[in-house]
Amino acid sequence: MAVLKMQRLAICAWKKNRKQILELLQRRGVVDIDTDAVEDEVFKRTDTAEARGAFERDVQLAEHALEILQQYVPEQKSMFSSLEGKELVSLEDYRRMEAAREAVMEKARRIEALSREAAECEAERKRLENEREALEPWKALDVPMSFAGTKRTGALVGTFPEQLSTEQLCARIEAGLTPEEGREAALPGYFAEVVSSDSSQSCVFILVRKEDAARVEEALRTEGFARPSRLEDRKPADRQAGLSDEIKKLEQKREELEKEVVSLAECREKLKLASDYYRIRLEKYEILGTLLQSKKTFLVTGYVPERAAAELAKELSENFTLAVEIADPAEEDEPPVLLANKTVPSSFEGVVEAFGLPGKGEIDPTTVMSACYIFLFGLMLSDAAYGFVVFAVCLAALLKFPRMQEGMRKSLRMFMYCGISTMFWGVMFGSYFGDVVDVVSRTFFGKEVTIPALWFVPLNEPMKMLVFSMLFGVIHLFLGLGMKGYMLLRDKKYLDFVCEVVFWYLLLIGLILILLPSQMFESISQMQFNFPPALNLAAKGMAIGGAVGILLMSGRGRKNWFLRVALGAYDLYGVTSWLSDVLSYSRLLALGLATGVIGTVINSMGAMLGGGIVGAIGFTLVFLIGHSINIGINLLGAYVHTNRLQYVEFFGKFYEGGGRPFNPFCIKTNYVEIKEEN
Amino acid sequence: MFDQLGVVYAVVGAVLAALMAGIGSAKGVAMAGQAGAGVVTEDPSKFSKVLLLQLLPGTQGIYGLLVAFVTLNKIGALSGNLAQVDGATGMMLLFACVPMAVVGLISAIHQGRTSVASIGLVAKKPEQFGKAMLFPAMVETYAILALLISILAVNGIPV
Repeated sequence: MAVLKMQRLAICAWKKNRKQILELLQRRGVVDIDTDAVEDEVFKRTDTAEARGAFERDVQLAEHALEILQQYVPEQKSMFSSLEGKELVSLEDYRRMEAAREAVMEKARRIEALSREAAECEAERKRLENEREALEPWKALDVPMSFAGTKRTGALVGTFPEQLSTEQLCARIEAGLTPEEGREAALPGYFAEVVSSDSSQSCVFILVRKEDAARVEEALRTEGFARPSRLEDRKPADRQAGLSDEIKKLEQKREELEKEVVSLAECREKLKLASDYYRIRLEKYEILGTLLQSKKTFLVTGYVPERAAAELAKELSENFTLAVEIADPAEEDEPPVLLANKTVPSSFEGVVEAFGLPGKGEIDPTTVMSACYIFLFGLMLSDAAYGFVVFAVCLAALLKFPRMQEGMRKSLRMFMYCGISTMFWGVMFGSYFGDVVDVVSRTFFGKEVTIPALWFVPLNEPMKMLVFSMLFGVIHLFLGLGMKGYMLLRDKKYLDFVCEVVFWYLLLIGLILILLPSQMFESISQMQFNFPPALNLAAKGMAIGGAVGILLMSGRGRKNWFLRVALGAYDLYGVTSWLSDVLSYSRLLALGLATGVIGTVINSMGAMLGGGIVGAIGFTLVFLIGHSINIGINLLGAYVHTNRLQYVEFFGKFYEGGGRPFNPFCIKTNYVEIKEEN
Repeated sequence: MFDQLGVVYAVVGAVLAALMAGIGSAKGVAMAGQAGAGVVTEDPSKFSKVLLLQLLPGTQGIYGLLVAFVTLNKIGALSGNLAQVDGATGMMLLFACVPMAVVGLISAIHQGRTSVASIGLVAKKPEQFGKAMLFPAMVETYAILALLISILAVNGIPV
């Protein structure tokens, strides 16, 4: 249990070795590089923005190509693919890819171009289809739509925005043809045809004498007549046939393009590797941009864990001509934090990280916390069968996918340990899928069998469980206070230890000992404590001693006695927060009951169909669905509330966090993991 | 008349617990779900984190169900042989259910709002998920306390 000790690493090397040295550092992945020194006349930072931009574009290109491939040829992924971890690639394969990277990127560009072209084809096809659609009403017209008329006649081709019959059309034309007043009244000849007509528009073809054309068109325009926007030189039906041919050609072209994209799917793995390759180089150039360089040399400074420092220094000085210096960090430095714990507690590092890594001078609480976590989680879920399910599922996943990501592995291991604890508490409280044994034996075998609880059944004795929940809470909180005491003792702050830890212990233990034999406690918990008078007196003494100590010593930094006592009184008021902290542990009872009672509800719903085969089938269905949901919901509840008890109640007593995570310069990939040979 | 309706009062209590806490949870989960859907459209990889946050205000409904079940069980409504419940006892059971009903309704809605805020937090800083989860969990504490009192009270009333 510890925060790894960090050391400062400083390297000064020849620029000609820069690439190899940086690559070595990246592959070892143990140095958190930070260059805070300022530039001067000799040492300057290089601007790598251009190179970085190029790599970024390459990464994006590869990613885009992969995305397109995923669209055309979806990759078959199992439900558990996220557990499988990254694919392992040998260094040899990686080097081969590195040599052929230009060809791979060419493929990516080709995929991008093909997909763009296919999209263009698709857009063009849509446009042509729309045009073909628009010609549909004109199909019956056997002259081109741009037909203007013959030598003697003028043609009017156009639409009215309403449904018209031939008679209505004729009436309109005749109205338009009627000559101005005073002229002879003989109606000139004309030809009119409604080519097609529906409720929203009528397409018409009208032939009139050339001299009438303008006049008629003018008259019809006031009625809503309009020429079509597109005038074709071919007959509508011919044009449509031509369009259909073009559409077919476009479709064929698109199919061919798609076929080519599909054929390129085989280089998906290469593209993934290339994407990661450029990502690695991008990372390298980002670091390079922060390094100070002179004309011939460059500097690398950073933190390295002590246990890896000597080896790294040796490897560096054996392979290159350089100066390497390893020193303990200065007093005012704030080294980054890397936790190192044994297997079981290390699974809980994620919980600590989520709250905040230990700040400067704080201890790593993971080991102590992991023990409490397992204990409390089990109490909240408290069902032997649920515990077994959780344990078995996590174990199976861990065994089946040995190469899963580190964070995932840690969480699964954490839940596996919690599952074991859940089984333990389930047996103690006699809960197996709620009361499934009772219900099944009663419904299907006619004889009720109960697995007795090893300790007691919380639903039958909730007050007892409540008292024990609070007892566990008090222990947990005292443990937190103890951690604070340990830190103070370690830092040799003995006065602080007495004032901030010992006095509180005295006060709280005294108060508890006063409370236990009291009438009130007895009536709540049905537990009777008879202490000898000496102990009662001692309890009062402890409580008063502690209280006075806190009152007088909390504000010990102040010279003004009035202020000092006032601060002490305020601190003493903090005893109420202890009360609320302890009460907060009543959730152990509530969540434990919730699991058990909902399990019972599910079982009794399942048993409603009665015995027999139908009943058994119904019961199985209800059982499977109901208990799956119940496990899910209660796992969530137990996880959230165990976290809360750790973060708020336990950490609140001694731990602040705020450390900077150790962020080494290393190989960060998305798809593959490169196998190291040495 | 008052004395004969004991069972009715008890059932009203049970129904209120399930009803009000359920309504609260439905509202809370719905609010969080709407916010969550927005985040997932931007970044589908946050789905599991967002889903956990969405589910947090859902527990009140379950606690309500629990209190309803314990109450119904107490008066024998589930096993089919109703107990004789006089008016005073029925009233006591009804009031025992009230903490869960009222606190469930209100806390679930507020927890939903907190979840929405936390989902916003996770959208911007997914690595702060642990802290984001804690804010809604704080609100839930009071639902748990209400649940505790309701269960202890229902359990403690002799029928």
